[in-house]
Amino acid sequence: MSSAMFDLILQATLDTLYMVAVSGVISTLVGLPLGVLLYVTRPRQILAKPVLNQALSIITNIGRSIPFIILMVAIIPFTRMLVGTSIGINAASVPLTIAAIPFVARLVEGALNELSPGLIEAAQAMGATPWQIICKVLIPEARGGIMTGLTITVVTLVSYSAMAGAVGGGGLGDLGIRYGYNRFNPTIMLITVVILVVMVQGFQSLGDYLVRKSDRK
Amino acid sequence: MIELSNVSKTYFSNNKGSGTHAVHALKNANLTVPKGTIHGVIGLSGAGKSTLIRCVNLLERPTSGSVIVDGQEMTRLSNAALNRARHRIGMIFQHFNLLTTRNVFDNVALPLELMGQKRNVIRERVIPLLEMVGLADKANQYPAQLSGGQKQRVAIARALASKPQVLLCDEATSALDPQTTSSILELLRDINHQLGITILLITHEMEVVKSICHRVSLISDGELVEDSEVGDFFTAPRTQLGREFLNDFLQLTPPKELLERLSDMPGVDTHPVVRLTFSGDAVSTPLISRLARECSVDVSILQAKVESIQDRTLGLMIAELLGTPDQTQQAMTYLESHQLQVEVLGHVQRNV
Repeated sequence: MSSAMFDLILQATLDTLYMVAVSGVISTLVGLPLGVLLYVTRPRQILAKPVLNQALSIITNIGRSIPFIILMVAIIPFTRMLVGTSIGINAASVPLTIAAIPFVARLVEGALNELSPGLIEAAQAMGATPWQIICKVLIPEARGGIMTGLTITVVTLVSYSAMAGAVGGGGLGDLGIRYGYNRFNPTIMLITVVILVVMVQGFQSLGDYLVRKSDRK
Repeated sequence: MIELSNVSKTYFSNNKGSGTHAVHALKNANLTVPKGTIHGVIGLSGAGKSTLIRCVNLLERPTSGSVIVDGQEMTRLSNAALNRARHRIGMIFQHFNLLTTRNVFDNVALPLELMGQKRNVIRERVIPLLEMVGLADKANQYPAQLSGGQKQRVAIARALASKPQVLLCDEATSALDPQTTSSILELLRDINHQLGITILLITHEMEVVKSICHRVSLISDGELVEDSEVGDFFTAPRTQLGREFLNDFLQLTPPKELLERLSDMPGVDTHPVVRLTFSGDAVSTPLISRLARECSVDVSILQAKVESIQDRTLGLMIAELLGTPDQTQQAMTYLESHQLQVEVLGHVQRNV
């Protein structure tokens, strides 16, 4: 393999990691509070707001039902407004983030739903405010489940990022299609796939480790 | 210390088709628990016990009525004031509800953290509490590493951390084995004794009421149907449900073969089968032999038991009275005149 090819693969790997990192971090920062909000505003929950809950739920569902490839092209004007361009890894990170936010939110909501209602009741009996319940009970107690959800999100982002080539984003998927498929270079195709597999394995193992560390059950 | 007046709680559920459906979980409940006493509320599951105890710290907001704890009308407090009032009311639960991601120390520290106490103040408070519940050596363990009884001890320490005046116990021993139950009850009694904390507990176990309560209320279908001193409740329950609880507890029911032969109405050659309950002086009087002499009836004892309930002695007996209808009637009157409770269970044909 030529050194030019090697550089290409290295750059594509770094591009993928960059897109996954940016969209992973931002979608967690937005999705985590959204997931908590989806949970605590449910009827009979600590901040019951049924109308708001319904509205958030519908928006989240819409976000989750749009196919990623369509979302990517549909929000090009928004992407251009946000990062000044519609091509490249920064541009690809925008739809990745948008797609991952509702995903994270639902997984966080699901993790909170697994908690025993008795924990909230106990905290309320101690005179905890809703904010204290969220910070001192809900999030710490659900952190194993939240970590599992974030691992799933990162792995999903790795595979979504492979589609970013469709809007001129870089990364391993893009490289695999352009060099491996369009230029009939099975070696490149194989290498990109192997790197993606290793990457997913790595993220999954890291996630499992963090879940084990945070779970005391 | 705790005063519930006319507290009602109604749940509305929207069933599709049948419209709104109201469930009356609590109907005009009145309950007074004086400072420093242990009051038990006993009832079957679904009778409204949980709703009742949750109305005290407003985990459930009553539909109507007044809840006064330590002189404060709870239902009229703002959210912030309610949270402050809850710091003065500890609560423990059937399933402990400890935080799994916090160790024993941090679980007990939680209510103090919520109150915004400083780390060194928390330390000074938590360590003695752990010593009191006998878990000082477990401070760094996690709930998953503890037994059920130890978890409940942690929960008790946690409930006491904010120095409450009142402790609410929601079926606190129902998930524990009999030995652990009695050690937890002993701890609760010590707490009541040493700290003067008023305890309101709900349970379905007579054993709990018998061993630690001063007074007991019986709840049935959302209504408090009986309220008495524990000694009175165990010797002379006033309601049918009270008697059923007592009989279950004493395991004094007639043998099955006898029950099958029992008929409600007296017949030609039948004898009454009676349940006799006696307490106080009657326990030490040789009533059965006197019965034979003075009323000339023979007594065949089918079952008998003597229990001591706190400072009282309670005797129970199931017996068949053998004699003519006149004689047996006279015998029952005689027994009643000696402060025995006589309940005719039925009549049985004598196969002789």
